[in-house]
Amino acid sequence: MIATLLRRGLLAGLLAGLLAGGFAFVLGEPTIDQSIELEQMASDGHGHSHGEEGGEEEPFSRTGQKVGLFFATGLFGVTSGGIFGLAFAYFRDRLQAASEWGRSLSLAGAGFLAIFLIPFLKYPANPPTVGDPETIGVRTTAYFALMALSLAVVIGGWAAARALRRRGMGTPARQALVVAGCAIVVATAFALLPASPDAGEFPAGLLWEFRMSSLGTQAVFWIGLGGAFGLLGERAARKRADA
Amino acid sequence: MEEKTISRGGISLGDIPVWSWLVAALLLLAFFMIMSSSGGLLAPYIGQLAGATDYLHEFAHDGRHLLGVPCH
Ligand SMILES: [Zn+2]
Repeated sequence: MIATLLRRGLLAGLLAGLLAGGFAFVLGEPTIDQSIELEQMASDGHGHSHGEEGGEEEPFSRTGQKVGLFFATGLFGVTSGGIFGLAFAYFRDRLQAASEWGRSLSLAGAGFLAIFLIPFLKYPANPPTVGDPETIGVRTTAYFALMALSLAVVIGGWAAARALRRRGMGTPARQALVVAGCAIVVATAFALLPASPDAGEFPAGLLWEFRMSSLGTQAVFWIGLGGAFGLLGERAARKRADA
Repeated sequence: MEEKTISRGGISLGDIPVWSWLVAALLLLAFFMIMSSSGGLLAPYIGQLAGATDYLHEFAHDGRHLLGVPCH
């Protein structure tokens, strides 16, 4: 059973990753191109030095990196999808939703919240040129620490809600208590972690567009993952019922 | 009705076979390799291989930005 769910997760993740790559290609790439143009205009303005003086030779052309976009979202999709499938094996019979479709979508919703949305609220995605390369180590550590924490908060909140329901606590009180508890932990983490990098002179409109396309890319991925995994699960359930 | 859905069992963590923990760890490792700018961080451990992961990172560059992880 677990092997089936793993395979289903890998496949759904790959499909969703490529779908998200398509979204990112159409709506995100233009903003990255514009950011890189701005960067080049800025460096041309300073020293009138094309390329040469810039130092490091880029191993990939912009076209190469656009192909790489699909490689990145595909691999992100396969790895997240595989873990999603394994997690589904554990959560399947513990979730409230009544169908494979509903369970898959609710687990994907939790994944979107924990893996992307909560970290994004503190550290929104940045286009090339925003952020000091010197601090990349610290920023990477802070980002993944927040991702781990928000995952723990979402799972912890879910477990607490379940325990309180078993004790017979009414729905409004239970939900208010759990949401407030999670919000306090997340807010404390937001306050303690280092600030998000300053965008400096970067145009605010372009920054917003980039961030919305990043949010959209992740939303497409998680909806695609939950949907594809759910459909594959429904199909398998129908086959079992027919047999 | 609600009671029934709650008491439905589900596998316990102990019932999850070892291989699936290993697969999960491998997937997690691959996830971090692609998502974090770990070329520099990993260099002391994997030496030459860090150069190859840098190469991969450049290839995956736009994706990492749009997926929201810190890159530059
Ligand atoms: Zn970058």
